[in-house]
Amino acid sequence: MGGYARYVWPCFGFACAVLAWNLWSARRYHAEARVRALRALAMAGE
Amino acid sequence: MWTWFYKLASPPHVYRVAASLTPWFLGAAAITIVYGLIAGLVFAPPDYQQGDAFRIIYVHAPSAWMSLFAYTTMAVGGAIGLIWRIKMGHALAAATAPIGASFTLLALVTGSLWGRPMWGTYWAWDPRLTSELILLFLYVGVMSLRPAFEDSGRGDRAAALLSIVGVVNVPIIHYSVLWWNSLHQGATVAKLGKPSMPASMLVPLLSMLVGFMCFYAAVLCIRLRGEVLNRERQASWVREAVKS
Repeated sequence: MGGYARYVWPCFGFACAVLAWNLWSARRYHAEARVRALRALAMAGE
Repeated sequence: MWTWFYKLASPPHVYRVAASLTPWFLGAAAITIVYGLIAGLVFAPPDYQQGDAFRIIYVHAPSAWMSLFAYTTMAVGGAIGLIWRIKMGHALAAATAPIGASFTLLALVTGSLWGRPMWGTYWAWDPRLTSELILLFLYVGVMSLRPAFEDSGRGDRAAALLSIVGVVNVPIIHYSVLWWNSLHQGATVAKLGKPSMPASMLVPLLSMLVGFMCFYAAVLCIRLRGEVLNRERQASWVREAVKS
């Protein structure tokens, strides 16, 4: 990386972390909403 | 002709469409990001002035563009919810805020890491950097404002209002390098004339941009489904949706 590796690789590493966090948190958000909806249905007598 | 557009106001329709689009967006994002990374890190030549440090552009520029795009989407969603009282507008705004905030943080961190070898400092109170930091504060403000109200409707309206007022910052960020003296380089790709990059550098950058857009769309679809479920928990159609 021509002497710039300590700047370039952390950028790509942080980008991977941000993309992974986005996907993980979105999936978790949807899963939690689904559980809450199922619970609401169960409480409504389903 | 406009039936498809009107249907976007229907929560069950949005829930189903978002579910069917997610894998396509994720697949397209994976292909274009992997291609962009390989082409940008391996095959693109080093810049004649910045050397290999220029490769940071392949994550910095797409994340900065997405931070503006996501904010505009959030403001448009808020405006739709506020003006036409369409619930899906507020749901779209709520779903897009954390994604946009994360892209803004990514743009700031990668810009800072690029600034150190090029400008000799991680941070300067430069117009572009400062306006992008204000964008991050706006995202945090909108995300904090929505749950601050007991009445979710009032929270949605307050968040929409803040996001609409804050959208004035979007053109300021874009044109800050032209309006004021800035350390930040001027437009490289989005120029009226020819982009000042050779194709071997530009194609991976455009591929990364498409990849980031598809990734944003995929994550937005997943978040939007969660948002719709949270808002429509008592609706009859949710019974079939969550059990399938």
